[in-house]
Amino acid sequence: MSFLIDSSIMITSQILFFGFGWLFFMRQLFKDYEVRQYVVQVIFSVTFAFSCTMFELIIFEILGVLNSSSRYFHWKMNLCVILLILVFMVPFYIGYFIVSNIRLLHKQRLLFSCLLWLTFMYFFWKLGDPFPILSPKHGILSIEQLISRVGVIGVTLMALLSGFGAVNCPYTYMSYFLRNVTDTDILALERRLLQTMDMIISKKKRMAMTRRTMFQKGEVHNKPSGFWGMIKSVTTSAPGSENLTLIQQEVDALEELSRQLFLETADLYATKERIEYSKTFKGKYFNFLGYFFSIYCVWKIFMATINIVFDRVGKTDPVTRGIEITVNYLGIQFDVKFWSQHISFILVGIIIVTSIRGLLITLTKFFYAISSSKSSNVIVLLLAQIMGMYFVSSVLLIRMSMPLEYRTIITEVLGELQFNFYHRWFDVIFLVSALSSILFLYLAHKQAPEKHMAP
Amino acid sequence: MASLDRVKVLVLGDSGVGKSSLVHLLCQNQVLGNPSWTVGCSVDVRVHDYKEGTPEEKTYYIELWDVGGSVGSASSVKSTRAVFYNSVNGIILVHDLTNKKSSQNLYRWSLEALNRDLVPTGVLVTNGDYDREQFADNQIPLLVIGTKLDQIHENKRHEVLTRTAFLAEDFNAEEINLDCTNPRYLAAGSSNAVKLSRFFDKVIEKRYFLRDGNQIPGFPDRKRFGGGTLKSLHYD
Repeated sequence: MSFLIDSSIMITSQILFFGFGWLFFMRQLFKDYEVRQYVVQVIFSVTFAFSCTMFELIIFEILGVLNSSSRYFHWKMNLCVILLILVFMVPFYIGYFIVSNIRLLHKQRLLFSCLLWLTFMYFFWKLGDPFPILSPKHGILSIEQLISRVGVIGVTLMALLSGFGAVNCPYTYMSYFLRNVTDTDILALERRLLQTMDMIISKKKRMAMTRRTMFQKGEVHNKPSGFWGMIKSVTTSAPGSENLTLIQQEVDALEELSRQLFLETADLYATKERIEYSKTFKGKYFNFLGYFFSIYCVWKIFMATINIVFDRVGKTDPVTRGIEITVNYLGIQFDVKFWSQHISFILVGIIIVTSIRGLLITLTKFFYAISSSKSSNVIVLLLAQIMGMYFVSSVLLIRMSMPLEYRTIITEVLGELQFNFYHRWFDVIFLVSALSSILFLYLAHKQAPEKHMAP
Repeated sequence: MASLDRVKVLVLGDSGVGKSSLVHLLCQNQVLGNPSWTVGCSVDVRVHDYKEGTPEEKTYYIELWDVGGSVGSASSVKSTRAVFYNSVNGIILVHDLTNKKSSQNLYRWSLEALNRDLVPTGVLVTNGDYDREQFADNQIPLLVIGTKLDQIHENKRHEVLTRTAFLAEDFNAEEINLDCTNPRYLAAGSSNAVKLSRFFDKVIEKRYFLRDGNQIPGFPDRKRFGGGTLKSLHYD
């Protein structure tokens, strides 16, 4: 009986998450597109719903909400569904939509998408070889085989993102790194941009006129056998054509210049907006946060290095550590069990909420930046894939920040994975990512168009 | 020969609707083989005979400014592309017939282009509330072009075309629906070609022949537009 109640709680919350994912998809991601493939929207929302349910289950684990046997059942079911989506459905549909966009392969798109999916599977399987992720006792078809591979990809992704974020966040928040941009700089650049456009126009006018006169001359000679064939024959064979190609080359160069100038101007405007923003109260607040974050970032990098060098993985979670310190050194006595539950609930809750929110914001930005009406389906599916892998591996990693008694069920469900390996792998990738983003930002900062700014 | 009079026409619309293909078709009479992303703005020139076949016939350059990007771009991009909205004589609004959202976004596009002087870009268009009355007394000629006509299924075509007719009516503009990969849609003598050259005639007329009294096209209009938007800002 209690299983029924538990299941209905789970299903209701899943429906809620599904609705949220659906709304997010409609209101945020596909704001500028018409949804024509409902499959995409359903897959995205289902992935979102099941990812959120996993976090919900973690919270329930800490609070001890449902019956432990039904919790176990839902964990298993959740993982199975999400793996099914991540390994079988989404890659297949990505292949399918890629193939449908290519006109040449349009006829046999099912065949080609199956082929694409098989190649994906091959590489996905091969991925397991270089990593010590499995103990040999698992069979080929066990769930661990899939989780471990998804986990490797997801942890890598997470570490890359957080490494970049840890560096980029203080960089964008702190006004110390802002370049000084004045309105005259922008005006000067805009004037150059417009001048370039004028030059392009005057050249194009000459081209258009030449083409027209050639066309009018050609009309006398040629019988109008085919309208477009005639233009082509005229433009390729007439004496003026070398002249045209020459001008065309100049125009190409100028157009390249105009693109550069446009991007630079946009960059200046963005900087100006940030300068204005940093003067507001909120901007000042974030500037302050930036200092805080940069200290945190340095600390994180330091810890990651130490963990790698000494081959060390934190055995205890932060909550137990904190309680130990307060009890042992400060000599304060309190109800350890009660507080450890509450503190880990708050801590894990914060981690979950911030990671979901952060990921969604990043996804939206990313989607706006690169999507177009043709590629939007593929990109949304890719995002769903990333999202699922990200959340599965954050469950893997979150396990470490929970006290021992709550870990058991996660260990039980995920199977015997080399959890320590994932943490070390995270540290390595985090360090690489953070250092390379520092290098990248340093170069970009030095390279920035300082030449426009009179000292 | 190079000193012919000219008019400036903006080509606006969401990314991926086929602005570059359209401009290429209009200017070169050829299909653009592999369109790529337009960064910033690309321009092309069409030679147009004003009032062709009448004694007043005169040749003009039509500069087509094809502005890239989407209406939801970052505000820095919006501020940058506002450079291109200077002294515009006509606007061609392009939307994708297979994508309803691209038609709705045309309101935002036109407001972005027309209001650039008074309202800081990005503020006005966020609330999704458009005062359609604003287009009633618009002095800048508009033309609405729907692309990708070939990709609409036969039995849905009627419904889509009614929708775009309403859209064009909102803008108080003529409309053309075509497929940029097929030059036949603009073949000489067809009704589309006639509409197009009538639009360009109108743009030239507004710019060069209607200077009676206080009209210097472009400037007074904007003031009127600004008034309208200020009002609408008060309302929300």
